Amino acid sequence: MLRYVIRRLLLIIPTMFFVALITFTLAHAAPGSPFDRNPNRSLPQETLDRLNRYYGVDKPIPEQFVLYIGNLLTGDLGISFTRGRPVTDIIGQGIGTTAQLGIQALLVALAFSIPLGIISALKQNTPLDYFSLLLATIGTTIPGFVTAIFLIYIFGVTFHVLPFVGWGSWQHMVMPTFVLALGPGAFLTRITRASMLEAIRQDYVRTARSKGLRERAVIVGHALKNALIPVATIVGPATAGLITGSFIIESLFNVPGIGRFYVLSINQRDYPMIMSTTMLYAFIIMVANLTVDIIYGALDPRIKVS
Amino acid sequence: MATAVTTARPQRAGELGVVTRKQRSLWQDAFSRLLRNKAAIAGLVVIVIAALVAILAEVNIDAIGLHFRLAPYDPLEQNTPKQLMEPVWTQAFGSKYTDSAYILGSDALGRDILSRLMFGARISLVVGFVPVAIIFVIGGAVGMLAGYLGGWVDNLLMRFTDIVYAFPDLLFVIIIVGTLRDTGLGQLLGGLILIFVGIAVVSWVGLARLMRGQVLSLKHREFIEAARCIGATPIRIMAKHLFPNILAPIIVSIAFAIPGAMLTEATLSFLGVGIRPPTPTWGAMILDGFIVFSATPWPVLLPAFCISIVLLAFTFVGDGLRDALDPRMKL
Repeated sequence: MLRYVIRRLLLIIPTMFFVALITFTLAHAAPGSPFDRNPNRSLPQETLDRLNRYYGVDKPIPEQFVLYIGNLLTGDLGISFTRGRPVTDIIGQGIGTTAQLGIQALLVALAFSIPLGIISALKQNTPLDYFSLLLATIGTTIPGFVTAIFLIYIFGVTFHVLPFVGWGSWQHMVMPTFVLALGPGAFLTRITRASMLEAIRQDYVRTARSKGLRERAVIVGHALKNALIPVATIVGPATAGLITGSFIIESLFNVPGIGRFYVLSINQRDYPMIMSTTMLYAFIIMVANLTVDIIYGALDPRIKVS
Repeated sequence: MATAVTTARPQRAGELGVVTRKQRSLWQDAFSRLLRNKAAIAGLVVIVIAALVAILAEVNIDAIGLHFRLAPYDPLEQNTPKQLMEPVWTQAFGSKYTDSAYILGSDALGRDILSRLMFGARISLVVGFVPVAIIFVIGGAVGMLAGYLGGWVDNLLMRFTDIVYAFPDLLFVIIIVGTLRDTGLGQLLGGLILIFVGIAVVSWVGLARLMRGQVLSLKHREFIEAARCIGATPIRIMAKHLFPNILAPIIVSIAFAIPGAMLTEATLSFLGVGIRPPTPTWGAMILDGFIVFSATPWPVLLPAFCISIVLLAFTFVGDGLRDALDPRMKL
């Protein structure tokens, strides 16, 4: 087990290297420098040269890459082209908000989806089951920003009960959290339902019933305990879903997290921001996946990690 | 030989006086199961309507002199005094800004929303099908080879998969499309080609992995051993023995990849890194309309509604296909 964890941890290093290589190559494949955006107000050559020298983009691209990796190892992520501040500052400022939004959304998703999935499985093929399946299908199919628009129209524009720009009070958090929770929540509902349906047909559940246990004890103590194991594995992909969801939701609701900065920096060709954020996201996802695999192995003794 | 048996059979059955049932293949069975699924049929109907609208939005075939336009206006035509008209039915609720010439109203530049929605359907459907076809060919071939041959192809695929899996799909597409927008590739067909490439590059790995897994689970089965024993070439085994037997999960995965690709395009356009304006796409219409959202919600609500309906339609068909092709796979 320990060897497996160490091997997986070591595998993160080459993967991160390739993520950096791909992102770096793409970022530098874009034509032009980040400072010639406005064709009507082009900067004098002298200024451009100085800017390029200051940000180190005058050097050959392989050298820039080596420098970038070197700086990365010492925790220096470079200076944002558009904001003129260290990237670590900008990320440090936004990550709290993004993490808060993500964790809130994950908790909301878990709080709704697991009970809904269980009820749906226990009442299979009843109107209640169809309703929750329909809800889950809608949640997985319709993109967050579209749902957000309908919600903003209803609660923000028509009834004026919730603000939809900015971040701060709990009222500001309701809609972004809920919208972000919707996709992973719907997916979790489906998984819980499927997993629970399988569990309640198992022999050990029949045994538990036949020895006279109360229905509640059978469901909670026997079926549910086993049904939740596959659900735990979904938390990895759900983290990825929350991250990708976050930059759309943050842009839409003007939440000052790193997701919104990320979208802005893509449009402004701010390489240090693009690369650092990508690396950070990739790292979070790899750690999430690894954690899930370890937990999975610990929860289910039948699974042999190797 | 198989055909000889089936054709001879009713005759022989008649001689013996037994009742025969028409033979049905696995696919016919699946098809009849699909037809019984009401949600899937509703989805198919919506998709066919959307496809017809997309095709008929404008038809110009010079060779036979056919010029036809279902869309009431050119989707790029701006009518300055007629900006932000609301849909005609809002008149009943007291809206003063309606014009019977603009059934669904107009956007901030006075462009007809109905026409833009119709042309937007083209982009959505094309983006749904073209990248998925590329994914099917590339991912299918690589997955098949990796699974059947193993060795370095397999190793390479799995290492590559590890890297791609560390990126969330959408993040990767955003980087590709965002950075390559201003290159020659990004200019082709208003950025459409780059979107195809971006989606294909990111998604083929998933299909390759699925294909590989399926091949691995079948390649040591007896019917494959048998084929190898009678001297079938690897190509023939892959094409005639493995492929038909793993087609069902592949079809299901493709059915879900189509709305996935459409969703990606809508999201990219919504983030401003998708198809270049002024080409109408549903995602870009939402982005444009959001600026005037508090003045009138319709330029946003209508495309949002279209996306929702079409994506749901594809998902229902995908669900239906999954249930029809493999009744055991219930999720």
